[in-house]
Amino acid sequence: MTQSILQQAQQQLFEPTGLSESHLDKVFSHLQGADLADLYFQSNRFESWVLEEGIIKNGSYSIEQGVGVRMVVGEQTGFAYSDEITFEALTASAKAASGISKIGQSASTQAWKAKQAPNVTALYATDNPLASMTEDEKIALLRLADKSARAASPHVQQVIANIAGVHEHILVADIEGNMNADVRPLVRMNVTVIVEKDGKRESAGSGGGGRFGFDYFTQADRVREYAEEAVRLALVNLDAVAAPAGAQTVVLGSGWPGILLHEAIGHGLEGDFNRKGTSAFSGRVGETVAAKGVTVVDDGTIENRRGSLSIDDEGTPSNCTTLIEDGVLKGYMQDKLNASLMGEKSTGNGRRESYAHLPMPRMTNTYMLPGNDDPEEIIASVKKGLYAVNFGGGQVDITSGKFVFSASEAYLIENGKITRPVTGATLIGNGPDVLTKVSMIGNDLAMDKGVGVCGKGGQSVPVGVGQPTLKIDGLTVGGTDA
Amino acid sequence: MSKVAMINDEQALRETSENVLKLAKKYGASDAELSLNRGAGLSVEIHMNNVDKLEYHRDQGLNLTVYMGKHTGSASTGDLSLQAIEDTVKAACNIAKYTEEDKYTGLADAEMMATEVADLDLYHPWDIEADQAIEIARECEQHALQFDSRIVNSDGASISSYSGVGLIANSHGFTGVVPSSRHSLSCSVIGQEVGDDDMQRDYWYSSTRVNSELESAESVGKKAAEKTLARLQGKQISTRQANVLYSPEMARSIISHFTSAIAGGAQYRKSTFLVDCIDEKVFPEFIRLHEQPHLLRAFGSGYFDKEGVATKNRDIVVDGVVQDYIMGSYSARQLGLKSTANSGGTHNLTLDSTGQSFDELLKMLDTGFLVTELIGSGINNITGDYSRGAAGYWVENGEIQHAVEEVTVAGNLKDMFKNIVAVGNDIDLRSATRTGSILIEGMMVAGS
Repeated sequence: MTQSILQQAQQQLFEPTGLSESHLDKVFSHLQGADLADLYFQSNRFESWVLEEGIIKNGSYSIEQGVGVRMVVGEQTGFAYSDEITFEALTASAKAASGISKIGQSASTQAWKAKQAPNVTALYATDNPLASMTEDEKIALLRLADKSARAASPHVQQVIANIAGVHEHILVADIEGNMNADVRPLVRMNVTVIVEKDGKRESAGSGGGGRFGFDYFTQADRVREYAEEAVRLALVNLDAVAAPAGAQTVVLGSGWPGILLHEAIGHGLEGDFNRKGTSAFSGRVGETVAAKGVTVVDDGTIENRRGSLSIDDEGTPSNCTTLIEDGVLKGYMQDKLNASLMGEKSTGNGRRESYAHLPMPRMTNTYMLPGNDDPEEIIASVKKGLYAVNFGGGQVDITSGKFVFSASEAYLIENGKITRPVTGATLIGNGPDVLTKVSMIGNDLAMDKGVGVCGKGGQSVPVGVGQPTLKIDGLTVGGTDA
Repeated sequence: MSKVAMINDEQALRETSENVLKLAKKYGASDAELSLNRGAGLSVEIHMNNVDKLEYHRDQGLNLTVYMGKHTGSASTGDLSLQAIEDTVKAACNIAKYTEEDKYTGLADAEMMATEVADLDLYHPWDIEADQAIEIARECEQHALQFDSRIVNSDGASISSYSGVGLIANSHGFTGVVPSSRHSLSCSVIGQEVGDDDMQRDYWYSSTRVNSELESAESVGKKAAEKTLARLQGKQISTRQANVLYSPEMARSIISHFTSAIAGGAQYRKSTFLVDCIDEKVFPEFIRLHEQPHLLRAFGSGYFDKEGVATKNRDIVVDGVVQDYIMGSYSARQLGLKSTANSGGTHNLTLDSTGQSFDELLKMLDTGFLVTELIGSGINNITGDYSRGAAGYWVENGEIQHAVEEVTVAGNLKDMFKNIVAVGNDIDLRSATRTGSILIEGMMVAGS
């Protein structure tokens, strides 16, 4: 019988400094009177390697660990953290965090005791991805990327390939006695190329990853696929013309273009913005916010995906939460604090960048369920429009609902046919009504390849997106061609 | 953090630094360079008069790069215990055993190290207690909420104060210590016109090295409210060519696109639309862009960069012509040039004004788009293609007509740089890049 995940986390986080449950009892005694209080222990080992100009140029390794102490009274949160996981540091952090409460220590404090940890389905293996391969094997992956990219086209001038992995242990103990842990692997590989042809240069990248060991990249010829995809994209853009400017019909490809859902819908449905009434979606549960047939979920329970979590950073098992069902807004993504203030239950979306950051409602893997339309018929139905299949980043103004996302691969559609590639197409729209303009939904749901990063309030977390091919009538395209 | 704590921290960092350099030698490094930091702070966020968050920050860290001949390895840690430091040094040295010979790698040249290091007056800790911080943030939010009945909600007023010490050292024997502080007060509120569902949000903030120089809570709150009100009832405009005036906060991003394009890394990789552009006329002849690293109390001030290289006042663009790139020693060696002391960034990069006030620029714009917010990152550094989401105001005859939202502004950065018509004297000093508003002719605005 192997160790439980909780035992593994305790061994990593408590044993080095001899921390025990009786210490936690004393720490929690400083947090009496809290509606919610928790200790978040974390240890991270991160490793990365980079190849450029045909050589392994650099590598880096980092060690991060610490503990964050949070005390919530009503709507008020007190927070302090320490990069030392010792009883003394925990006590000091607890005293600082308790500054949020003017309530003195309760006279009859019950001894803190950990409850039996609930059974949680682990969505990924706990093995250390950094140890899943030797250094030479990791480096060989980068060389393969370099070789594959250069073999794909004589126009390739530069190849930058990097590989990175994290092994993270977390343990959350709350004042109620709940104690839960997770051991999370995460790997990622990216290949960026610069191509030059007839004096014109373009750059493009591709990559993938997930909650695996590095051996993920040795399977299914993935490294070659990333390299060739980066080269293909760069070559396509070499021939691109300026994107048309103005409102038009836009067909979004399947997979990564699901970033639309993340920006236009997802952020606006995070519990904190809705509890405070600052989201364009505030108070709209039950209203129609999308065309019939549109169903969008946030699903943290898909095995091995980059955005998945066995438990969130508050110890709640992750869920598949329906955000929009057949066009109707169903609910929000919640962490414990915002859920309780809104009279709801946490949906397992309480996430934080690290022990030094407070948790907040965040997305996991956000995607739209497939419809019935054949993707080819969707394209064929457009007389004049834009077909956008790859994207860079996006951003949203939660309050006005306005969002943008920038295409890195897009084509003109003319008379039902994909014609020339275009460059510089940024799409802008209004979150609460963009999905009402969806007129066709493909039967080809795909998820992204596992490289997404979401930023909110200065905190970055890994996420995933997905969608089938979608036709949207009348989205503004920010090109330069009048 | 008090003065005494700072001196203690400085001493601790110096000892750690010596230990790290010694260990690097022991584990086989021929050279090593590091940065260390340690600091503490407090932040408070108020929402509708309620204390939303009270956070105590305490950070420290070590970033290390070792060289074994021409092989490089890096490692970092947030744990500064002796054991963690030894593990970190070993990890960096282990990595250097696997990286390949790179003839451009290594420390910056020894003769370029800073020798004259004076006090730039960057360190002014604020012994502010939580109660006092809460009171200031509350006052700030109240001024915004009470400014107008159309301010219907708050997105938070916050105050933060941070002070700490940074140390840079390398095996040339260079050690530089920079104590610094940063305090800020900000407010973001939400407005709604009576009978309208749409909400708008805008904000204002003040940020300084010295707390007594912060704008008053009243001023920050009122400006936030004014900015939000001005955005109410924004509408899309139709797609058209237009002249565009970027507010100082947005104008900064135009400069950053230029600095990315002339960064040493982009130059040696040829991943820029301005390849090999020294002596090239990229801007109109009235444009001067320069660095002023030794300004007192400024956010971009320092006598040395992350490699210990001495900074100096220098011109980057004169009469519209590019004089030099922005680079550290690695990119400089790749290009056969000398470091410009920009490892880690620029030092009070300043775009000289052409003399007009903001109101005069509005008159010059006459009819066009005043951009006060940009979202998204639609910039292609290799082609210069530029397309970003924007919000702001439509201007006719030099006067603001109405708020504009849900549009994009697009062009090519090469053309945009050439088409700059004026730079305002309304310089925003809250950042390490200093510029006033920038007026650019002939952009494409896409809307309905």
